[in-house]
Amino acid sequence: MDMDLLAALQMAWRSLLVNKMRSILTMLGIIIGVGAVIAMVALSQGATAGITDRISSMGSNLLTISPGGSSGPIRGTGGAQLTMDDVKAISSLPLVKYVAPEASMNNATVAVGSNTWTADVDGTVPDLQAIKNWPTDRGAFFDQSDIDNMTTVAVLGQTVVTNLFPGTANPLGKNVRINGLDFTVIGVLTAKGAGGMGNDQDNIIYVPLSTVQQRLLGSRNVRMLNVQAESQDALTPLQDYITTLLRQRHRLANQAADDFRIQNMTQVLSTIEDTTKIMTFLLGGIAAVSLLVGGIGIMNIMLVSVTERTREIGIRMAIGATTQAILTQFLIEALLLSLIGGIIGVILGWGASQLLGMLAGWKMVVVPWLVAVAMGFSLLVGLFFGYYPARKAANSNPIEALRFE
Amino acid sequence: MGDTLIDLKNIVKTYYGAGEPVYALRSISLQVFNGEMLAIMGPSGSGKSTLMNLLGCLDKPDSGRYIFAGQNVMELGRDQLAHLRNKLIGFVFQNFNLLGRATALENVCLPLIYAGVPGKTRDKRGMEMLRLVGLEGREHHLPRQLSGGQQQRVAIARALINQPGLLLADEPTGALDTRTSIEIMSLLQQLHEKQGLSVAIVTHEPDIALYCQRIIRLSDGQIVSEEIVPEPHQAQVQAR
Repeated sequence: MDMDLLAALQMAWRSLLVNKMRSILTMLGIIIGVGAVIAMVALSQGATAGITDRISSMGSNLLTISPGGSSGPIRGTGGAQLTMDDVKAISSLPLVKYVAPEASMNNATVAVGSNTWTADVDGTVPDLQAIKNWPTDRGAFFDQSDIDNMTTVAVLGQTVVTNLFPGTANPLGKNVRINGLDFTVIGVLTAKGAGGMGNDQDNIIYVPLSTVQQRLLGSRNVRMLNVQAESQDALTPLQDYITTLLRQRHRLANQAADDFRIQNMTQVLSTIEDTTKIMTFLLGGIAAVSLLVGGIGIMNIMLVSVTERTREIGIRMAIGATTQAILTQFLIEALLLSLIGGIIGVILGWGASQLLGMLAGWKMVVVPWLVAVAMGFSLLVGLFFGYYPARKAANSNPIEALRFE
Repeated sequence: MGDTLIDLKNIVKTYYGAGEPVYALRSISLQVFNGEMLAIMGPSGSGKSTLMNLLGCLDKPDSGRYIFAGQNVMELGRDQLAHLRNKLIGFVFQNFNLLGRATALENVCLPLIYAGVPGKTRDKRGMEMLRLVGLEGREHHLPRQLSGGQQQRVAIARALINQPGLLLADEPTGALDTRTSIEIMSLLQQLHEKQGLSVAIVTHEPDIALYCQRIIRLSDGQIVSEEIVPEPHQAQVQAR
C-alpha cells in the first residue's frame, strides 16, 4: 500500500533540483568534511608509509651498537670504545646473522683530479651490503680479501658518482683521492634515496674497514656496529646477550651505566608508527568535526524547506500520504544531499591528497575502508540531522498545512 | 438514491484555542448517499469548512457516530485515515492546490504513488484521466502554464484517479469566472451522471448549489434547512 522507493527517490531528486544553488551550498559542508577526512588520513598514512619505507631500507631486524653511554660522552669520542675484539665476540653470539662494523669519516673531502666533493667515507665489511640489502649497479662490492690485504678500493653511492664523475659513463677503474690516499673504484651502488632522517643515503663511499682504520684513522676501534638478528623475535634476546657481553668485556660494575648504546630499529619503527597513528586519528577527528558541522547545515536547510513546503505537505497528506511517506520523502532528500556531497568530497579529497603527495614526494594511499568510513559517516550525519526536520514535516496537521500561505 | 455512503449522527466538533472555545459543529446529523450530488451552504463561520474537513477525513469529530463506506471513522488512526482519503475521497479545492513544480500528469498521478501503484501503470491511468477531463496534450504543462479552469480540471482528474466513492469540492468555482465556473460544474455533473460519482460541494454561491440535487444549509454549527432541488440546473456548456 505504500509508495515504492523509486518514486520516492525521483520526488526527492526533483525537490533538490528546484533549489540547485541551495542544495549545493547545503552539500558544501559535507563535501568539505568528507574531503578533509580523506585528505588528512591519506596524508598521515602516506607519511607513515614513507618513513617506514626509509627506515626498512636501512636494514631489517637490525641492532646498531655505538660506543658511549646515553649519559656519557657523545658517541665515538673519547671514553669507552668498541674494539675489533668486541666485534669478534659479538659475532660468535647465537641468533646473530650478520655483523658489520663501520669506521666512518663524516663529511670527508674527496677528489678526482681538481674536482672535489664532500661525502661520508665509511670503512666496513662485505656483510654490510647483505644487511642493507643494497645491490651494486656496476662492478661489485669489495670482499674479505680486500679487508685482509687492506686494499685501497672504493664502492661509490650514486650521489658521489654524479658529482665526482660528471659526464663519465663508467667510473670503474678510476681513482678517487681520500685524505691524500688514492682508492680505485670497483663498484657503484644502486640509488637508495633519502634515509629515515631525510639524509641522502647515496652520498657515501664504502671502503674496506681495515684500510680506514689503519691508513686513514690510525685506530682499531669501530664507530658503529650493525648486527642483524636471525629473525625479528630474536632481536630482544640478542639485545640482552650483547648488553651482558659488552658489560663483561668492558668490566662495568653492577651499578655503572652502559658505556655503549644499542638501538633497535624495529622499536624505533614501531614508535614512529604509533606516533603517526595518533596523528591520523587527530587529523581525522578534526576533519570529522567539520563533517558534523556540515550535518547541522543540512538540518538547518531542511527545516527551512519543510516550512516553505508546508502547503505541499498538506496537499500530499490530503490525497493520502501517510506519516511514513512524508517522513521517508524528507529523509531521502537529506540522505541524497549527504550522499552526493560525500561522493564529491571523496573525489576532491582524493585529488587533494594526490596533489599533496606530489608536493611532499610521498605516495598517498586512499584506502577503500577510508572511503567507506567517510561515506558511511556522511550518510549517518544526513540521517541523524535529516530526521528531525522530516519528523516535523510528517507530524504536520493536514488542515493547517492546507491553509498555510 | 442509492445506499448510504456517509452516515453522520450527532457530530460535535469544538476548537479549544487561546480564548473562548469555538463550537464549530453542534450536533450534526447527515446522510450522504451513493451517487448523490449534494451542496453544503452557509455563511462564513457557519461550520461548513469544519464539516468539509470531517467529511474528507482530514480530521475526526469530538463525539458522535461517523460511518464512511461501512468503516467507523471514529476508530481509525492517522495513517488509516490517510489510506481512506487515498482510496475513497477525492479533493477539489478553491485554489486548486496543485504542486507547482510538477507537471499536470505528475499532479494527477500523485495519489497513485501513495497507493503503491507502479510507475508505468500510473502514467497510463494519469493519461486516461486527463483525457476524461478534456486536457489531452497538456500532460507536460506545469500548473502556471495552464488557465484556472484547466488547473481545476487537473485537480479533478487527480481527485478521481483512485476511483473514489466521494468527490469533495470546496468552493470549486470560487477562483473562476462565470463561464469557466459553468464548464467546471458541467464536468462535475457529467462525472456524476455518467460514472455515478457521489459529489459534495461546499459553496456560498446559490447559483452553484442549484446544480446539485440536494442543498444543506448550515448556520452556527447546525443544519438549519435541507431542501431537495426538483430540477437541478443543467450546465449549458459541454465539456471539451
